Amino acid sequence: MDGDGDGQSRWCLSQVKGAVDDDVAEADIISAVEFNHSGELLATGDRGGRIVIFQQEQESKNLPQCHAEYNVYSTFQSHEPEFDYLKSLEIEEKINKIRWLPQKNAAHFLLSTNDKTIKLWKISERDKRPEGYNLKEEDGRYRHPSSLTTLRVPVFQPMDLMVEASPRRVYANAHTYHINSISVNSDNETYLSADDLRVNLWHLDFTDRSFNIVDIKPANMEELTEVITASEFHPLQCNTFVYGSSKGSVRLCDMRASALCDQHSKLFEEPEDPSTRSFFSEIISSISDVKFSHSGRYMMTRDYLTLKIWDLHMESRPVEIYQVHGYLRSKLCSLYENDCIFDKFECCWGGDDSEVMTGSYNNFFRMFDRDAQRDATLEASWESGSPGLPLKTWRVCAGSRRKRNEIGVDCLDFSRKILYTSWHPQDNIVALATVNNLYIFQEKLN
Amino acid sequence: MDVTAEAKQIMVHALSKIYCSRTQRGGLRLHRSLLLTLVMKSARDIYHSARLTSEKMGQSDTLSVTENTSQTEETMDTTSSTATPLRAIATQSTEDEQRSGLEGHVHLHSPAGLKVDKENCNPTRPDRHSRKRRSKTATDPDFLPCKKAKLEFEARGILQNNSANCGRALDSLSLVPMPRTIVTF
Repeated sequence: MDGDGDGQSRWCLSQVKGAVDDDVAEADIISAVEFNHSGELLATGDRGGRIVIFQQEQESKNLPQCHAEYNVYSTFQSHEPEFDYLKSLEIEEKINKIRWLPQKNAAHFLLSTNDKTIKLWKISERDKRPEGYNLKEEDGRYRHPSSLTTLRVPVFQPMDLMVEASPRRVYANAHTYHINSISVNSDNETYLSADDLRVNLWHLDFTDRSFNIVDIKPANMEELTEVITASEFHPLQCNTFVYGSSKGSVRLCDMRASALCDQHSKLFEEPEDPSTRSFFSEIISSISDVKFSHSGRYMMTRDYLTLKIWDLHMESRPVEIYQVHGYLRSKLCSLYENDCIFDKFECCWGGDDSEVMTGSYNNFFRMFDRDAQRDATLEASWESGSPGLPLKTWRVCAGSRRKRNEIGVDCLDFSRKILYTSWHPQDNIVALATVNNLYIFQEKLN
Repeated sequence: MDVTAEAKQIMVHALSKIYCSRTQRGGLRLHRSLLLTLVMKSARDIYHSARLTSEKMGQSDTLSVTENTSQTEETMDTTSSTATPLRAIATQSTEDEQRSGLEGHVHLHSPAGLKVDKENCNPTRPDRHSRKRRSKTATDPDFLPCKKAKLEFEARGILQNNSANCGRALDSLSLVPMPRTIVTF
């Protein structure tokens, strides 16, 4: 993972998408990144409620040393800003999560959600259209019946490829609080959506009802001590899901046990180390993301400073702990003042579960090789090398030193952060969003 | 003291963040509000226990000091409780999120669980009025509410100051009287 001795990794920059200039509009800030199940499509959502889907070109025979590029396939407005008149609150159109459905036919389906409403989108291609109508002119007007002398059946003629996105379902009015997660079940019929206090189960075909399966709202809101921060279905067992909390614990629930899964089946919690206790212990222990491994055997949680890998058979402590940016532990007060301590980082598994990855500040991202027990810090920037050249690894040291591939913690730019990441399901291609842009990195193939 | 200064700074920042978040797009975020409340609570606990320790160590025989200390304890909720009511946040983050936190009224609980209305108690000691003085030399922390302020002034003051000065919490909050609901922690 560290690569060879001179600090080179085996990853290289493949593409950068988005505006080059520093002054980026708020609406263009990417807020969700997700590969589909084949890795052919890559969807991004932004704060303006738009979704942009990139498609991987056919593998190029001329360039065997790298995977094919991703180009824009479809762009559409998923969510619009809304207003809740009853509460006098604006509902942001920002896309919080995108999840693809496994492909069943030629069309692609994805779920996208903002704070309150989930939508099912169908993305389909149209590359031919019927022409030669007997009764209609080319522009659609009906011909006069007296001018009809022949019978002609329209035939499909090829046309320029058109990609259409149409909303097939809108799942609304089921969440009082802000939706933070959606997850498609392995049964391909149901999915869950989670807000701060509740998890709801939906059937994809029905928008007028959802079942509440977890409710942690206390009878007296003054007694509230924790909220749900992330939730996901098990990749293989359709009855199992997990949800992470703001207290740093993860609960695994089995829907066969009861209709309401308020009682967990397993509680994954590591006792707090009293020597590291500070004012901010509660904030930094809050789970920001939870992801099952592809095998379904493990689960990964991300809190502010660490990545933890849990064996589902062992609740008492994680089997692996990775420090993402431990040098920030002494900076928590400043990070609290500038609000960075509330940032929610995502994490993701590599296709074979041997590697995991998450984002950090200064446009750094962290790669952890679980087998080799090595890690690397890489940077997403225009200057991080030409496409095709291996990235150099970085080191963060104390103070404000700055030299080649080493940077002092006081020089880190906390406005440049990588919160959203996604890993191709089979190949070693990762997509991650900085504030301005979408970066795609690939592993060098040879 | 370093710990008390840091704790006070944290509390002030938390208050300013909570007020700023009330005006942001998308409404109040429950998770963020909860974390800020927890930070404020632990900072407050540490602040008071540190103050208590320092006053026990360096206390003089004057009764006014101990009087003020016990008043400080009584005006805020007890430090040892683990399930401190989140009244300020609760009123903000209930399902009727529109309700203004300023509309809540004060509930002060003594350790025995009795309701004590400190505002309407007749002062039994001649120097009790010193509690209401806002001089810097008073032992009362200056982020406690000024009980003479009217509700309209509070609302106007906060709307004027906090919308512009979210970042400069210390300056604005020393001028603006805190709403009463925060006191109930």
